[in-house]
Amino acid sequence: MAQNTQSGRDDGVSGDEAVLVLKGRWTLDEAQLRESELAAMIKPLSGRRVVLSLAEVAVIDVSGAWLLKRLERQLQAAGRELRYRDLSPEARELLKEVERHHPEAYAKPAAVSPFLKVLDATGRAALAVYEDALALVAMLGSIVQTLAAAIAHPRRFRPISIAVQFQNSCIGAVPIVMLMSFLIGAIIAQQGGFYLSQFGADIFVVDLAGVLVLREIGVILTAIMVAGRSGSAFTAELGSMKMREEVDALNVIGLRITEVLVVPRLVALMLAMPILVFLADLAALFGAALTCWAYLGIVPSSFIIQLQSAVNVETLTVGIIKAPFMALIIGLIACIEGLKVEGSAESLGKQTTSSVVKAIFMVIVVDGFFAIFFASVGL
Amino acid sequence: MTREKASGSRNSFVDLAAQIPVGAPILRAQDIRVRFGSQLVLDGLTLDVMKGEILGFVGGSGTGKTVLMRTILGLNLRESGRIEVFGREQGKLSAKERRQVEQRWGVLFQQGALFSSLTVRQNVQVPMREYLQLPQRLMDELALLKIEMVGLPREAADKFPSELSGGMIKRAALARSLALEPQIVFLDEPTSGLDPIGAGAFDELIGKLRETLGLTVYMVTHDLDSLASICDRIAVLGDKKVLVSGSFEEMKQFQHPWVQEYFCGTRALRR
Repeated sequence: MAQNTQSGRDDGVSGDEAVLVLKGRWTLDEAQLRESELAAMIKPLSGRRVVLSLAEVAVIDVSGAWLLKRLERQLQAAGRELRYRDLSPEARELLKEVERHHPEAYAKPAAVSPFLKVLDATGRAALAVYEDALALVAMLGSIVQTLAAAIAHPRRFRPISIAVQFQNSCIGAVPIVMLMSFLIGAIIAQQGGFYLSQFGADIFVVDLAGVLVLREIGVILTAIMVAGRSGSAFTAELGSMKMREEVDALNVIGLRITEVLVVPRLVALMLAMPILVFLADLAALFGAALTCWAYLGIVPSSFIIQLQSAVNVETLTVGIIKAPFMALIIGLIACIEGLKVEGSAESLGKQTTSSVVKAIFMVIVVDGFFAIFFASVGL
Repeated sequence: MTREKASGSRNSFVDLAAQIPVGAPILRAQDIRVRFGSQLVLDGLTLDVMKGEILGFVGGSGTGKTVLMRTILGLNLRESGRIEVFGREQGKLSAKERRQVEQRWGVLFQQGALFSSLTVRQNVQVPMREYLQLPQRLMDELALLKIEMVGLPREAADKFPSELSGGMIKRAALARSLALEPQIVFLDEPTSGLDPIGAGAFDELIGKLRETLGLTVYMVTHDLDSLASICDRIAVLGDKKVLVSGSFEEMKQFQHPWVQEYFCGTRALRR
């Protein structure tokens, strides 16, 4: 390696011909150095013919051979000539091999102006919204069709599949949903109590917590948790099945994706959501009651009496009736996004993200619509 | 002096194969035992791969050919046994030594294992980018050269793996495994999924690389043509160990029902 300090020199210039002696290792790890050396060595030469002597080259690999071939092309283009001398048989073979696969000059893809890029992205986003809507309608139609067929032949409901999905998305979610709701209920009671006690209206914290939890918080929080938990799982499952052509295999065998993959998940989720919301309501009220007792001194018995006057069955149903709709939205979005996955791991990640984001956003939008609807029917 | 420093920088690969003479073992596996749960997959397997040779590795489906390759690469744990690559015992290397070894081997996985979010060209450049600081232009040119060498059309360079056919994925994966000019390559069924002409060209390329670069090739294959035309030595895996190793002709003489069936069966005779 010591001779690398001067890896080539002009050995003799006789008229038109210059001889360069290459030295050292011409391998990939040295390629950057060799490239600049070669360029520096060639620059001062003006003769028509350049002869490279490889006698002192220790190793040469494909990248080294490429550097030489590239130089040969450059010189040829300028009407000059490159010859090799003292080639080992291996180096000769290598140069031949590189010559055989000589890539054309690589042209960088043309740069696009930023303005066009923005325009392009906007157009694509608009198209994506349209395609999303189309996919949603198509999926809904296909689901209705499947359900209609399943009513005629109940076996096509795939009860085992539904049970497995129910196990995953409902029973598995119970502890975390209840824990989260318990904490939120406690926090609402604590925060509400702090302000209401300043007016001596401590007892109304029960009304606050009761109405808020049963009508809104219970269902919204559960929906968000389910979107993050089951929605992402649906997208990832369907997406990786799509990537590995399992979805295509199902299609070819004659099984319908909607019937086999989508409907069981949707049905399970629509059954699971009301149960989860009910449990979340219970846990949140329990949390609120504990805080009221510990923080405001409202004993559980007076909490319950106050709660009875604050809420009724309608308050509870208003919350729970929203649950299956939330489940439908989460499940639909998750399945559609899952089936949009293409070949790459990156697209799986992208669709899973957008599944959760879209589901949570739509849950809140739909909750708003429900609020308007209930207000106008006087609930 | 400054140049000397530059060339001796952290970019330089260690020429691990240099001290090993041609024909001496570059890879040694001794008494390998691998177990998955209660299932013993390899037991007492011993195999040497010599520098500069092309070793064809055959065995029935599920006998553990891929398991052995993965064990050598350190992707599976072994229960006991000793594996030396470039004379260095695997599993006892420091992180730095391990990286030196990884820079000098190339691996072609059975399914290609291309990075799905990168184009073929970017896939080939991943190892270069990681270990070397090459100018983008040179890296592009070298990647395209490799892509052409493995027989892929120019247009394939900017395609994503999901847009390629099975055979093209194999070739792209080979291009990536050759990206760092390795001294030993591990190929897991490189010609499966290729048409006979493509498989022939593949064999020729491997042979040529061995001739010109002194490459050592460890090839798991079922392709009788590859075994007969480019493999210097064939090793047969069966009963959890290497049953026999030797030339194609020696395989035909070996008395073992599976080996007989394989090398003297109708498919072999049709050749």
